[in-house]
Amino acid sequence: MAKVVNRMHPDFATQSYVVEAFKGVALVTRQFARNLFAKKDIVTVQYPEDRRPYTPRFRGKHRLMLRDDKSVRCVACMLCATACPANCITIVAKEIDDPTIEKAPASFDIDLLKCIYCGFCEEACPCDAIRLDSGVHAIPSFTRRDQKAGVINLLSLGGVSIASQGGEHRAHSHEGTAHGRSSGH
Amino acid sequence: MHLVDNVLLNIVLMTLIKFAGFVLAFVMGVATVLTWAERKYSAVLQNRIGPNRANVGNVRAGGLLHMLADPIKMLTKEDFAPNTPNPILFRLAPLLAFVPALLVFAVVPFGPGDNFQVSNTSLGILFIFAIGSLNVYGSVIGAWASNNKWSLMGGLRISAQMISYEVAIGLSLCGIFMIYGSLDLQDIARRQGELLLGFIPAWGIVLQPVAFVLYLACAIAENKRAPFDVAEAESELTAGYWTEYSAMGFAMFALAEFVEVVLIGTVGTTLFLGGWTIPGLHGDAWWIVVLEIGAFIFKTLFLVWLQMTIRWTLPRFRYDQIMRLGWRILLPVALLNLLVTGIVLTFIERA
Repeated sequence: MAKVVNRMHPDFATQSYVVEAFKGVALVTRQFARNLFAKKDIVTVQYPEDRRPYTPRFRGKHRLMLRDDKSVRCVACMLCATACPANCITIVAKEIDDPTIEKAPASFDIDLLKCIYCGFCEEACPCDAIRLDSGVHAIPSFTRRDQKAGVINLLSLGGVSIASQGGEHRAHSHEGTAHGRSSGH
Repeated sequence: MHLVDNVLLNIVLMTLIKFAGFVLAFVMGVATVLTWAERKYSAVLQNRIGPNRANVGNVRAGGLLHMLADPIKMLTKEDFAPNTPNPILFRLAPLLAFVPALLVFAVVPFGPGDNFQVSNTSLGILFIFAIGSLNVYGSVIGAWASNNKWSLMGGLRISAQMISYEVAIGLSLCGIFMIYGSLDLQDIARRQGELLLGFIPAWGIVLQPVAFVLYLACAIAENKRAPFDVAEAESELTAGYWTEYSAMGFAMFALAEFVEVVLIGTVGTTLFLGGWTIPGLHGDAWWIVVLEIGAFIFKTLFLVWLQMTIRWTLPRFRYDQIMRLGWRILLPVALLNLLVTGIVLTFIERA
């Protein structure tokens, strides 16, 4: 359907632009004075000191969860590495002494430059070992190697998870989070 | 012989002192503050905070230290030159833009009498036009020597724009010369100290209001600042004629622009706002002289502020709009203003 466009038909005084220009100057000056004496219109966020909050859906960096005894919950089952669409997870498994648990990761590397933060690893994990809920923004670095978050690095964001694992473990310890964000269930 | 030497030495010395006091201290001082003020002012009126990060020993002073940080940065960063067949012209261009902008202040009176004018010539405003129009060479040569298509387009736009507005600005000021009967800026300023009907100051803006608007529009166009900054036009031409300039070459172009802002302020003050005169205040006492110099500075700063606000108020005109405004509107209006002024002056003389 044809739409009627209401064209402006400014009178001569408006079209001469001189009066309008000085009206504009007055408007700008008014806004300047307003911002000079009251800061309420100013939208700038002083970045390194003040930061805007992330949306609650923001996942952030991965973290590996711990058992009650502070050992890594990961059993190196490779489900996350298989589910990963970006192929950024590299797990090297090792055997451990605990007869109820078959394996543990010898190393657990995530290449943060490849990771697309989709959360599939979190969903694939049967042990609640990997989570993407730290809310920590990916940190820039000077070399690519620094972007490979190893097991230690991931654990530093870790916390104790109460989700049951292998049927053997006592599920009475409370859940802790490293960075003050509640870890979602 | 000794006497001649001494007189000559005195003249040279006095000129140097006046030049240092007025041009180097006042003009360059205001231009330097403008590099900060323009950014801060535009930020605040656009609901932003603006420069405030320059930090020496945890003192930030609202970003004032950027005035120090900028020259340090400009002096120490790489002065890149593009692969151009005209390297000498490329280096010469910023000088050609900067030096004329400073030279024209020689004839601007900033106080009563010869002591407050670097060089008192009866040429006055003609000198300003003659030297000031050399400015276009700096920008155009720089644009040509940059060996860059954006620069060249910017240069073409400048040459057309500045030459067109040169005509209109000259004609717009003719009414002032007819009324005050002089080209000498000191004369014009002194004549504006008189009162009309006993209470209205005989300022140019009162007698020639149309000419003031024309002068402001043409002068801003001459200085190629928004809304007439198609030569720079960062959304179309990267940075126009100074795309290839970095470090001090860029700084000199930028500073020349700010110096010209002050120039438009001082010339506008002298021609339209009564120069250094204060209505109803005459005399030779030292405190009157100080007040008059203060009035000159105040009026100049007012015009500088007005230019800055206009720059951040109006959007950029299209190139063809600028040409149409210059030739088909400003020029006829200036001629008409001249005609009316001539008729009225003739009637007054007959009466």
